[in-house]
Amino acid sequence: MLKLCNGLISPTSGDIYIHDRPIEQFDPVELRRTVGIALQHAPMIKGTVYDNLALPLKLAGKKLSKAKALSYLQDVGLDESFLDNDIKDLSGGQRQKVSIARTLVNRPAILLLDEITASLDPQSTKEIEHLIEYINETYQVTIIWITHHLEQAKTIGHYTWIIMEGEIVETGESSFLASPKTEKARQFVKGGLT
Amino acid sequence: MSFTALAMTLIFVLIPLALSKTLKLGLEKDTLIATIRSIIQLLIIGYLLQFVFDAEHAVYMLLMILLMIIAAVENVRKKGFFIEGITWKVALTLVMIELLTQGILIGLNITPPTPQYVIPISGMVIGNAMVLSILFLNRFLAEVEAHEEQSELILSLGGTPKQAIHSQLISSIRASMIPTIESQKTMGLVQLPGMMSGQIIAGADPLQAVLFQLLVVFLLLTTAAMSSVMLGFLAYPTLFNERMQLKTIRKA
Repeated sequence: MLKLCNGLISPTSGDIYIHDRPIEQFDPVELRRTVGIALQHAPMIKGTVYDNLALPLKLAGKKLSKAKALSYLQDVGLDESFLDNDIKDLSGGQRQKVSIARTLVNRPAILLLDEITASLDPQSTKEIEHLIEYINETYQVTIIWITHHLEQAKTIGHYTWIIMEGEIVETGESSFLASPKTEKARQFVKGGLT
Repeated sequence: MSFTALAMTLIFVLIPLALSKTLKLGLEKDTLIATIRSIIQLLIIGYLLQFVFDAEHAVYMLLMILLMIIAAVENVRKKGFFIEGITWKVALTLVMIELLTQGILIGLNITPPTPQYVIPISGMVIGNAMVLSILFLNRFLAEVEAHEEQSELILSLGGTPKQAIHSQLISSIRASMIPTIESQKTMGLVQLPGMMSGQIIAGADPLQAVLFQLLVVFLLLTTAAMSSVMLGFLAYPTLFNERMQLKTIRKA
């Protein structure tokens, strides 16, 4: 679903608006820089952490300074010694952090997170959750996060959509998760449906 | 060489047939088909070349080259099923290579514009370009499929289709060119090239044979570079749609 918002795929029906503008009216490159996405498996290019952080600017024909790269690393809670590390040497959690930092380099207005904690251990998941809250405040960026962890939606999300089999079951401020109105949403919250 | 002598060389076909039968390799049918096809095809081309050389008319020469290009395009087309408009892309590539190589050879008076020179050289150039194009397309498909996630990542960060496919394109071009370059490094040391050997057996001066072989070596380098580069740059845009999205590769 998030790939639809980032323009990596197009909807077969329906419309998507970004800031009241249909996404078809965006130039694909402009759209993808405005709406950043951190993909589920945090794909990386070969090379170092710096090579990956510098990628968005390199694609635009610009260069990322070492100082700026270090500040992005700091923002995602990674030590500056990671900058020259080979990407192959990072853990799953560290890769996700680099992936998020790399998406931030484009300074997107909207940040899409595609099940980024799905394959992480509890400790790394907690770190990513804190990181997302920090980024939301520091970068003032709208974050849309797809998750199967109900607690993440309850504690971090301001607004929640419960989507089942492609349909929105219930939506509202995340507090509704305490007492959903629809039967399907109630069952989902109880853990009866996934 | 007489037809009787040629008939005796069929011993060289009997040996692999016997080995295949004894070791149950299951290659008897294919060996027989390959032998019969090569006899028929080469005899036909021999008589055809004889006719074209005797006729000394440019139209026949051009028809021969056209025939070679059509046969080569047909062979490459099947391997490029995942590229839209592969037929005309391969045809354009082969025509451009043929025009460039013959243009230089004839334009600079290196070889005369007669069928005896133009047709065999065209055969080597087009044949080599065909093999190189097949090598390139096989590798390119494997690279695109293996690195789909990386292409998607680059697109998602605001990269263009060319940037998203660049490393796959370059490594496919390199991979398809390497066999030509490597085989040329050992030429004369490990193997005597076919054309040169043929000329020497037919009684030509070995030095003249070497000079012509060198011409072919240089030609094939250009052919190798041009066929994969040109086909690559014609092919990659068709993997994306107008919204710069990677299309699903349809299976053969």
